[in-house]
Parts: sequence; C-alpha cells; structure tokens
Amino acid sequence: MSRRDLPSPRPIEVGRRTFLKGAALGVAAAALPLTAANASLWSSFFQSHFAEMDEDERRQVIARLESDARKRYGADIQISATKAMPNVRFGYALDLSRCIGCRRCVYACAGENNPSRNPQIHWISVLRVKKGEKWVDLQGTEKYYDPQTVPEPDYFYIPVQCQQCDNPPCVKVCPTKATWKEPDGIVVVDYDWCIGCRYCMAACPYGARRFNWSEPSISPKEINVQTHYLGNRPRHKGVVEKCTLCIQRTREGRYPACVEVCPAGARKFGNLLDEKSEIRHILERKRVFRLKEDLNTVPRFFYFFAS
Amino acid sequence: MTAQLERTLETVRQTLEGGKSYRIWLICLAALIVVGLVAYFRQLHVGLITTAMRDQVSWGFYISNFIFLVGVAAAAVLLVVPAYLYDFKPIKEIVLFGEIAAIVAVAMCILFITVDMGQPLRFWHLLPLVGKMNFPASLLIWDVIALTGYLVINLVLVGYALRRYASGQEYRLSMMLPLILISIPWAVSIHTVTAFIFNGLSSRPFWNASILAPRFLASAFCSGPAIMIILFEIMRKYAGLKIEERALSKIAELVAYTIGINLFLLGAEIFKEFYSGSIHLTPLQYLYFGLDGHFRLVPLAWLALVFNILAFVIFLAPDLRRKALTRNIGAVLIIVGVYIEKGMGLVVPGFIPDTLGEIYQYWPSWSEVIITVGIWATGALLYTVMAKFALAALPNAVRAHDR
Repeated sequence: MSRRDLPSPRPIEVGRRTFLKGAALGVAAAALPLTAANASLWSSFFQSHFAEMDEDERRQVIARLESDARKRYGADIQISATKAMPNVRFGYALDLSRCIGCRRCVYACAGENNPSRNPQIHWISVLRVKKGEKWVDLQGTEKYYDPQTVPEPDYFYIPVQCQQCDNPPCVKVCPTKATWKEPDGIVVVDYDWCIGCRYCMAACPYGARRFNWSEPSISPKEINVQTHYLGNRPRHKGVVEKCTLCIQRTREGRYPACVEVCPAGARKFGNLLDEKSEIRHILERKRVFRLKEDLNTVPRFFYFFAS
Repeated sequence: MTAQLERTLETVRQTLEGGKSYRIWLICLAALIVVGLVAYFRQLHVGLITTAMRDQVSWGFYISNFIFLVGVAAAAVLLVVPAYLYDFKPIKEIVLFGEIAAIVAVAMCILFITVDMGQPLRFWHLLPLVGKMNFPASLLIWDVIALTGYLVINLVLVGYALRRYASGQEYRLSMMLPLILISIPWAVSIHTVTAFIFNGLSSRPFWNASILAPRFLASAFCSGPAIMIILFEIMRKYAGLKIEERALSKIAELVAYTIGINLFLLGAEIFKEFYSGSIHLTPLQYLYFGLDGHFRLVPLAWLALVFNILAFVIFLAPDLRRKALTRNIGAVLIIVGVYIEKGMGLVVPGFIPDTLGEIYQYWPSWSEVIITVGIWATGALLYTVMAKFALAALPNAVRAHDR
C-alpha cells in the first residue's frame, strides 16, 4: 500500500497568521512552563482575539475557559457566545424624576455580572446632587452618600453606568482593539485580549470603566453561572471591565438586571429600531437629554423627566 | 583582524575595570535593581493594587516617569543641533553620548510602560501581524511605533560608531549623517505623539488643550540638555572626557531660552484657565491652590515653579551660566522642576476631579517608588556601562575623516 492510498487525515492548515504567531512568539513561549498540567496556560497565552476565532476555535476556547472557571469557583459555569440579533440596536432611558437613589440597581448588577466583591467593583455609580446646586460636568456630586433612608428631600440622584456610546472614545483609544462596539450597540471587552494599559479609562468621560487592581474574589455561592463571553464571565486581575447592558440576558430577550430590579420603574430598556418600543415612545415624547453631549460621544443611554 | 579583535577585547576589559568607587557604584545600582525586581514580582503576583492607583486616578507615578523620560530621550539627541550650529570641535562625542542617553531613556520608557501594564505577558497583542494594532486610531500605537523606531535609529548609530571605535577605527560621519538627520525630526515626533496621547482625550479638560504638545517640547528642551550638562560634568570629572567649557555654557544658554519659552507657555495656560474661570479650571486649581480641602500636590507644584524660575535666572545671566558651580545648580533645579511639572504635575491633575466629580488624592505607594527607583538604577547602570565602553573605545584625539 503506497502512502497515497492511506486515508488522508484532515489537513493541518497553518495560515499565515498562525505561522507568524508561532514564529514570532517562539522566544517568549520558551519562557513558559512546558508540563502537561500547564497546557491550558500555554493555550491561554496564545489565545486569539475573540473576533478572530472561527467556530471550532471558539468552542475549544470556551470549553477551556469553562473548565478553568469551574475549578476556580466550584460552580457549573456556562459561557455562551450568543451573537447580536439582527435589526436590534439597544437603547436605555433613565427617568431622573423617579430615581430614589436606593442603589438596588448597583447590587442587582453586581449579583448578575460577577464583578469582584473584594476589592469591591460596581459597574453603576449613583451620584447624589443637592437640589439647586450646580452639577454641570457632574462636579459637586456625591457618590458615597449614606443616609438612613432614601430619597432625601433636599437631593436628587443620577445613576451613571456605561453610556454605550455610538462614538465611543474608549474604543478609539484602545491600542489592541480589545474593546469594540457590537452590531447591537453594546460596547464590549475581550478580557483575554486586554493588556491592562487603562487608556480606555482615561478616555471615558463617564467613569464607566473598572480595572481589576487585584485578582477578583467572589464566593462560589454568589457566582452567577449563566455567563456570556463578552459579558459576565469570570475575569482575572489586570484587565478592564464595564457594563454590557447584561449582554447574557438581553441577547436572550430578557431585561438587564438593573431594569428588572428598579423599584421605582425609573429604568427603561428596549430596541431603538422598533418603532413600537417603549424606548422609542420615551425618546419621541419626553424631555430627554444625554450626559456631556458637548463631547459628541453620542450615548445610547438617555436621561429624561417623565413628571 | 586580530589586532582589531585585541583592541575590542581591550575596550571591553577597560569597561569593566575601574576604581573602588566605580565598583561601589555598580554594586549599589545592582542592589537597587534587585530590590526593584522583588517589588515588581510581588506586584505581578498580587496585581496593581500594590500601587496607589485606583479607578479614579488610573495612571500615576509610572506614567509620570514615562513622560519625563520621553522628553529626555528626545532632547538628548537634539543636542546635535546646537552642536552643528555652534560648530564646536568635539562634535562626535557629543552626538555619541546624547544618543547613548536617548537609548537609555527609551529603554527606561519601555520598562515604565511594562510595569504599568495589567497583563504584561500580552505585550504581543501590540505587535504587527501577530497582534491586533488599532492603527491609526489609537495614539498609544503611534507611540509604540515612534519609540521603537527611535530606539532602532539610535542603536544603529551608536552600535556602528562604537564598533568602529572599539576596533580602533574612526567612524565615517558621512555614514552617520543621514540617520542623524532623520533622528532630529523623529525626536520631535516621539514627544509630540506622547503629548497627543493625553491631548486627544476630550474627557480630561486639563490635557485637552492645544498648548499641551508645545509645552511638552519646551519643557523637554529644558530638562534634556540639563541632564546632558550634568552627565558631561560627571564624565569630565571622573572619566577624563575632554569637553570644552564653551560647549557647556552654550548648552546652558540654549536652556535659558527654552525655560523662557516653557514659562511663557505655562503663563499663557494659567491666564486662560483662571481668567475665563470655567468649570474646567478645577484641575489647575487643585494643582496650585488645592480643591475642596485637598492640597496633596500644591507644595510640589510651587516647588517646581520656583525651581524653574531660579534656573531661568541662573541660565540667563552669562556670569552664572559660565561658572561650573552655578550652572550645575541651575541644571539640577530645572531637572527637578521639569520632573515634577511634566510628571506628577501633568498626569495626576488630569484625573482630579475624576469624570464623575470625585476627588481621589493619589500619592505613589512604597511599592511604586521602589519599582521606580529600580528602573532608574537600571537606566543608570546601562548608561554607566555604555558610556564607559564608549570612553574606553574613543581615541585620545578625535579626527574626522571626512567633514
């Protein structure tokens, strides 16, 4: 039997990219441990950018990330990579006349999105403003207010989170394209591609981005096991994270956790392309504004006064 | 060929040789580097929480040092320009030592960026082909290109010259000249691009002023030549480098003009902010007068201003800049002044108050200081060894073949 008659195995395709990667990184790779136990360290070092992976690679990477996360937290963590739905542009509106400053959104967000509990990371900041005082550019607002009860008669509240800009400065400055705007308008981060330079944090006018200054810690009881690759999957130290409009929920047709929990009904969410949606109703009929509009970041997060 | 090899080996031997104080100097630097490395590995293990940086002030002492050193790298080479303009004889040494300083400064810049990264092992994401460069949108990528190119140009220049010298030959200025000429605009570009990193952010009004890049260059031309003055003095005293007194006072004269320009630009900025008095005044207010009871940077800011003005007076007065003692005092004053102004004084107020109006008073942690000292020691060691090699290689009297 000649060699030619053998059933040919699936050809190993070495693309230009892969080859170059292998060649250029050979030296760096030599410094990494070689044992089988550290195989996942190898593959995580060479892991591609999310957008560069084909379906096969994506499946393998997700399987490895799931197994790492399960070992780390002892919980059955699932990582989905659900794509954006066609004809959907998410929009968010917040009724300042209803917000009572209770911060339930802040904690619901933390419960949903697996940020570090110690040190504590929150994706939503609720700012307290003294009525009648200036709050232009958000200077003079207070993030750490702590009264017995809310709302307080002399104050109103402005919750701030990622404004999901249509013209996001964070995406513009990122040197490695580790953060980008998805087709449905959500600005996401590939936590395994981010180099932790924090340029995006300097560029964001809304203080929306958080850095993992140390290894995040969450007790296994508090882990949300339903996660998305570009959203609430467990992170490591040294990378940036932010609000993703609960991508793991909203791409499955659910509301973000903050919208669901708000006891005052101040938070509204929907598809900007759907003429009959509540969000369109608000934009067309209410007195709407956006934060720091002079910077031309064009947020998809609107503030309004219903009453 | 063997004679050349012997000459090279002799140069290497001379580089490593030195008096007792030279060996103590090297041992001290090595010790500081080791301590810095230990602190860095702890930071790698625990995370950047070992620094005082937080979400509110997300860049600090590391990036401050980075900016200052980009300025040094740029200005060290630009000494070439007055060297040509004033046409003094030991031009080749000036060029060479300026380039060595530039190489060391860029190397330190790379180290400061590395220690500031949350995921330094992912450096390859920044590389062409294998990584994913956000070019041309991200100014950080521009800076990677500019600094790498600058490093390569100067490495080639110094490498060529030293190779020729070490094997007992003269280098040919005609070979060097094209690269030297490229390195001049390139030096301007590295500091401009570094300024643009900050300048381009509309979220930070303190940096988002058109005067930023000119101020970066003006201050770099104060501190860079001043550092060269000090280095030349040290090499003259301890290593027998022949430098004309006239050359040093010419450099000092140049520094007088650049300090004048730098102070003028600072004044223009202060006038605009304080007279118009918009909400964007707050970072400058924090820097010079404190904000809502927060005064952390105020003493430093005034110290820098006083030092810069004193240095201006010293370098402006011909008698003072011609005397070695006063000239050296002036050089130290302007180095410290610019180190504060183009370091902490530029980076930190950009974040205060933060974009949501919060004031977080940043001050570097011990870990940050130790790592920073370690990088400076690395730079000092690099410069010492390279300069010593160059001095050992240089012939006693330098003659140009073609000029």
